[in-house]
Amino acid sequence: MKAIQVNNICLNYGKLAILKEISFEVERGEIFGLIGADGAGKTSLFRILTTLLLADSGSAMVEGFDVVCDYKQIRKHVGYMPERFSLYQDLTVEENLNFFASVFNTSVKENYYLIEDIYRQIEPFKNRRAGQLSGGMKQKLALSCALIHKPSVLFLDEPTTGVDPVSRKEFWGMLKKLKQQGIAILVSTPYMDEVSMCDRIAFIQRGKILTVNMPQKIIADFPHKIYSVESNNSYEILKQLRRNSAVRSVFSFGDTLHVIFNSKSEIQNEKNNIQFKEISPTVEDCFMILMEESN
Amino acid sequence: MKQFLSFVKKEFYHILRDRRTILILLVMPAIQIILFGFAISTEVKNTPIAVFDPSKDDATRQITERIAANDYFTLVSELHSLDDIEKAFHTGAVKLIIVFSEKFLNNFMHTGEATVQIIADATDPNQASTFVNYVSNIINAWEMENAALVTQSQNNVQFGIVPEIKMLHNPQMKGAYNFVPGVMGLVLLLICAMMTSVSIVREKELGTMEILLVSPVKPLYIIMAKITPYFVLSIINLTTILLLSIFVIGLPVAGNLFILILLSLIFILVGLSLGLFISTLVKTQVAAMLISVVVMMMPTMLLSGMIFPIESMPDILQWISAVPPNRWYIEGVAKLMIQGVEAKYVIKEFIILSFMAIVLLTVSLKKFNIRINR
Repeated sequence: MKAIQVNNICLNYGKLAILKEISFEVERGEIFGLIGADGAGKTSLFRILTTLLLADSGSAMVEGFDVVCDYKQIRKHVGYMPERFSLYQDLTVEENLNFFASVFNTSVKENYYLIEDIYRQIEPFKNRRAGQLSGGMKQKLALSCALIHKPSVLFLDEPTTGVDPVSRKEFWGMLKKLKQQGIAILVSTPYMDEVSMCDRIAFIQRGKILTVNMPQKIIADFPHKIYSVESNNSYEILKQLRRNSAVRSVFSFGDTLHVIFNSKSEIQNEKNNIQFKEISPTVEDCFMILMEESN
Repeated sequence: MKQFLSFVKKEFYHILRDRRTILILLVMPAIQIILFGFAISTEVKNTPIAVFDPSKDDATRQITERIAANDYFTLVSELHSLDDIEKAFHTGAVKLIIVFSEKFLNNFMHTGEATVQIIADATDPNQASTFVNYVSNIINAWEMENAALVTQSQNNVQFGIVPEIKMLHNPQMKGAYNFVPGVMGLVLLLICAMMTSVSIVREKELGTMEILLVSPVKPLYIIMAKITPYFVLSIINLTTILLLSIFVIGLPVAGNLFILILLSLIFILVGLSLGLFISTLVKTQVAAMLISVVVMMMPTMLLSGMIFPIESMPDILQWISAVPPNRWYIEGVAKLMIQGVEAKYVIKEFIILSFMAIVLLTVSLKKFNIRINR
């Protein structure tokens, strides 16, 4: 039995398709990343899996329970951290934690070991109202509250959005530890640099899953050679390269441009003092290519 | 049970930490009762009046003196021409003007007929008719006493039946008698319905409802935990209102206090269920507030008999007026507090209010979303 099993989930909003035949599986003790831009349908998928929303077709199981019929069972076993900070701002850190513990019929004492690493960092502020915490501390508190009942599956919807880089790194460290306890973690993120922290990832775009694989495997399977171009006038060059029929695709990547050609021989023909340097592809390159090709 | 208690505790934290709201909740009823009891009074007192008296004889002087001596009126000016009349009203200086005819006493003595015109500012029609009644009473009384002045031959004044009027239950015609039940109905419903609906919708708006739903808490617990603190608050308010109206306004509780409290508790329950019901209909706190105040409060105030008597409404409005729970509560409170009737005379109100509470609670529980609306 898998921790999460999704089969052909479809969801429409009026005539607009939000999710199109989504299928994937998440194992126990695995961090599964959902990577996609805003509006790709990540939050809707989370809501379907946490039994908050009903899909139009398809089925999904969490811990072997059906998300429609056995929703009560699922609600006992999962931890959910919505995209927006959803704790009580006028309650203190400690009061929030105690409240959520008792909502799940447990106590902070009972499962303290599970949240100890995370909670210890915000414990000095336990008498502060949750609304007055910094972004990173809010996320730590939210994670503590989502974990306090010892869930076997954890749903984290963009947990690191709006959090500083240091806290983000810490946060992923915590997820690694939780994974070792056998908890299945489904996490969504818009940040490409977090992809490598996941065991497996799914690229999702406009409600469709483009690929599901291990990050290394996605890079290894990348079929093209990729070149980077550095220039202080990248926009002009970008326009130029876009017009060139020999260029398969080009996209800007911070200060540099990443270019893929239709055939290698063409490179020599390019002059205009542009320097092409072959580089090894990143996950983001793969995502960009997949996105472009699906369009 | 522990789950429920910590839920209730959380709700109390929310209320108690919002200082401004709690202050409004506790002080507003007291202020309203005092305002309605003293300041906003429909009683006629010290109304400014003017007199235009071209005849200036004993009779007109006597009548003017009597009117001026009366508590209800203050003679502020004597007018000297008919043109002044309109001016006096326009400046808003007076509410009522008495115009005597010329040769008033003379006419009265010889023909038994003398005319006096009472012109009232009918901007507030109820008030105006009260003024006019008072003045005509004073003039009539003078006429009776001085009937002998009329020369015998012309004395064709018919003394008919003189009714003796007795004002039951409110002998001094105090406005507070009418308003206290009205304010009780208004305040309790406002607090219960608005606060409950807003506090539930707030959880939807802030996203905390999502977390509560993805937990083993039963919807019934969520609803009950939301209701409990406002039930307690309403009881505090009920106590303040009753104490204030008895000891400050001097309104007696003529009937059974226990039954009155019981009726109030049922009414509070109706208000809370109404708040729950509203919360199932809307998604934002603003919408909840608007529905509670505008859509519900206004018709409730106007149709509950608090401001306009139900008996004088058109039939359709009378039927509609059966819907707002205030109407039944105010009726019941007036019967119990002021008329002092026995419990059996308010059974109808008890049944109607209980029925409303049960229906609203059941519907809201059924409508309570175990998922989120798209």
